[in-house]
Amino acid sequence: MNYFPDEVLEHIFDFVGSHKDRNSVSQVCKLWYRIESYSRQKVFVGNCYAIGPERVAERFSGLKSITLKGKPHFADFNLVPPDWGGFVYPWIEAFARSRVGLEELRLKRMVVSDESLELLSRSFPNFKSLVLVSCEGFTTDGLAAVAAYCRQLKELDLQENDVEDHRGHWLSCFPESSTSLVSLNFACLKGDINLPALERLVARSPNLKSLRLSRAVPLDVLQRILIRAPQLLDLGVGSYLHDPDSENYNKLVTAIQKCKSVRSLSGFLDVAPHCLSAFHIICPNLTSLNLSYAPGIYDNELIKLLRHCHKLQRLWILDCIGDKGLEVVASTCKDLEELRVFPSDPYVGQAAVTEEGLVAISRGCQKLNSILYFCQQMTNAALITVAKNCPNFVRFRLCILDPTKPDAVTQQPLDEGFGAIVQACKDLKRLSLSGLLTDQVFLYIGMYAEQLEMLSIAFAGDSDKGMQYVLKGCKKLRKLEIRDSPFGNAALLMDVAKYETMRSLWMSSCEVTLGGCKALAKRMPGLNVEIINENDQMEFVGGCDDDRQKVEKMYLYRTLAGQRRDAPEFVWTL
Amino acid sequence: MEGGVAYEQGLNLKATELTLGLPGTGETEGQGGVRNNNKRPMPTSETNEEESQALKAADRGSRAQIVGWPPIRSYRKNSLQEKKDSEGEASGMYVKVSMDGAPYLRKIDLKVYRGYPELLKALEAMFKFAAGVYSEREGYKGSEYVPTYEDKDGDWMLVGDVPWDMFMSSCKRLRIMKGSEARGLGCGV
Repeated sequence: MNYFPDEVLEHIFDFVGSHKDRNSVSQVCKLWYRIESYSRQKVFVGNCYAIGPERVAERFSGLKSITLKGKPHFADFNLVPPDWGGFVYPWIEAFARSRVGLEELRLKRMVVSDESLELLSRSFPNFKSLVLVSCEGFTTDGLAAVAAYCRQLKELDLQENDVEDHRGHWLSCFPESSTSLVSLNFACLKGDINLPALERLVARSPNLKSLRLSRAVPLDVLQRILIRAPQLLDLGVGSYLHDPDSENYNKLVTAIQKCKSVRSLSGFLDVAPHCLSAFHIICPNLTSLNLSYAPGIYDNELIKLLRHCHKLQRLWILDCIGDKGLEVVASTCKDLEELRVFPSDPYVGQAAVTEEGLVAISRGCQKLNSILYFCQQMTNAALITVAKNCPNFVRFRLCILDPTKPDAVTQQPLDEGFGAIVQACKDLKRLSLSGLLTDQVFLYIGMYAEQLEMLSIAFAGDSDKGMQYVLKGCKKLRKLEIRDSPFGNAALLMDVAKYETMRSLWMSSCEVTLGGCKALAKRMPGLNVEIINENDQMEFVGGCDDDRQKVEKMYLYRTLAGQRRDAPEFVWTL
Repeated sequence: MEGGVAYEQGLNLKATELTLGLPGTGETEGQGGVRNNNKRPMPTSETNEEESQALKAADRGSRAQIVGWPPIRSYRKNSLQEKKDSEGEASGMYVKVSMDGAPYLRKIDLKVYRGYPELLKALEAMFKFAAGVYSEREGYKGSEYVPTYEDKDGDWMLVGDVPWDMFMSSCKRLRIMKGSEARGLGCGV
């Protein structure tokens, strides 16, 4: 390959798309490293503390797009205290200084301040795309800056963020000359929206393909928007309250009929029952349907709608659909690949679906490869049947609302059921367990889950052996997160070098002690071993007392950046 | 979920019951609902397998509300909770009430009543009639008028057959039928 001029290699590398493959390419030799580095445009940083922004900017001089993830996954469930970290500001500032030609920024679980949004909007003249998922720390003022100063903005996609709403003027900050919008998603905003400004914005955005509205957008505005934008591929309905006999409703039906391109439907954040029939006409075209934020839809309405959705590939829904409803899905949605069933009443601890719904789906939907299923109960027999029917799972996440519930019929642990899943699904990359589980399930996981990259464990296992089976067997493991399980120092310290092959390890309410964590940190300087010490539960004393101090929350990750300097008081890096 | 059979040992309904006490109070087994720093004894290799199972079951069985469980994003949890709150407080549960022969309809808030006796008394007072005595077998005896309601599926049912909570969530409107028409309505379901 040394005989080819650099441009040829560069051209060949253009065909290498995925991050994994490009990383492999860059390790072949120094020449390839160099060429790959300056030609790479999209960079993925799975842990924002694994490397510093200056180093990224230096290596990838052609950087246009970056994806950053901040807080550990369990932060989504309130297990990480606020102010833990994950700030995007230093990244934006470093990129601005290094004159990176940033066009796209995708963030997940990060703290985004209004200052960072303002700096972003002023520093990168070609900036086109901002995607924020599960982030916090900003207000609609920050959005106003993005709208006003990102002249080439194509995409503003806000998914499930906690945004402080200073009322709706940010939409009017898009200049009249701005006509480039392709994707706008503000469904997670809670405050009022400047409706005329929204309508005008849609009217002057001929390339708009994806629009997801918030609850503040009422039906009559929706109808006018749809008339203006019949080219939409992806629609998120905001408020859907109306009187079925009204003129508005009839106008809406007409408008929807014109939207022949819609393939993805979501929202219905406020919805009155008995009124979804207006959408039946576009259901046969849908490949993606997300009704998981619409608890107002009764199961029979839901079922009537789903009966029209023959082409559905992705379905996110609430458990009020029931096992019977899932049977309808199984017989109607033969192309289904991804299913997520969320609990509609998480506080009461009762779910409306059981193992029967899951089995029905597995029988009817042969292409299913990804599932997230919150349910009331499960059985080994059901899981074994599911494994036989659907050996193609790549992601399998099961959450029984009572986390230590045994097999509902035999009262046995669910080891055999999950064992069947990992044995049958050779491509399984992500697994979340729940229910009564012993060390045996981890023996199976270590033996069979060869492609497993992410494992989530809660209230499971009997002894260190459980965790040891996993660390020994799962060669491709990247992320391991464990809560409330009896794994201690013996498991933690069994193979310390393993953690440098992984992105991160989270352990909370387990049996690891301060002494164990210190020992690990000492042997592995390439890891940051962080202890989260809320409420001053622990004292940083030295000596043998360390072995009696259980650590409530530990998060460790490999890093090239050393100890982070923005850690709050309650986070100790050992 | 109506589909599953209740396994009394397995369901541990008491653990998920909403009470006013602190999680864990009133439970004889285990260590209370909210997970604290309490250390489970580490089973050694000699520990009897069943013993450690029982220990774990007791320890975990009495959880009412666990931090961070079920694992759904706070954003989703909050938005469901907000919806429940706003439905609960703001509008009440108003349904139309019609009476055969009356010139116009009335509206009542079902949430105001704690059960069927109160509701019937209110209806009787509003429309100046007497409903008679309800029995499961014979419906309302001794009256010219019979209270009925339209449910989610569009069917007309006799008021009083189903538990009050189920009635509240399925009742779309009420109609006080004249006795002669009502005589086909037995036990609704």
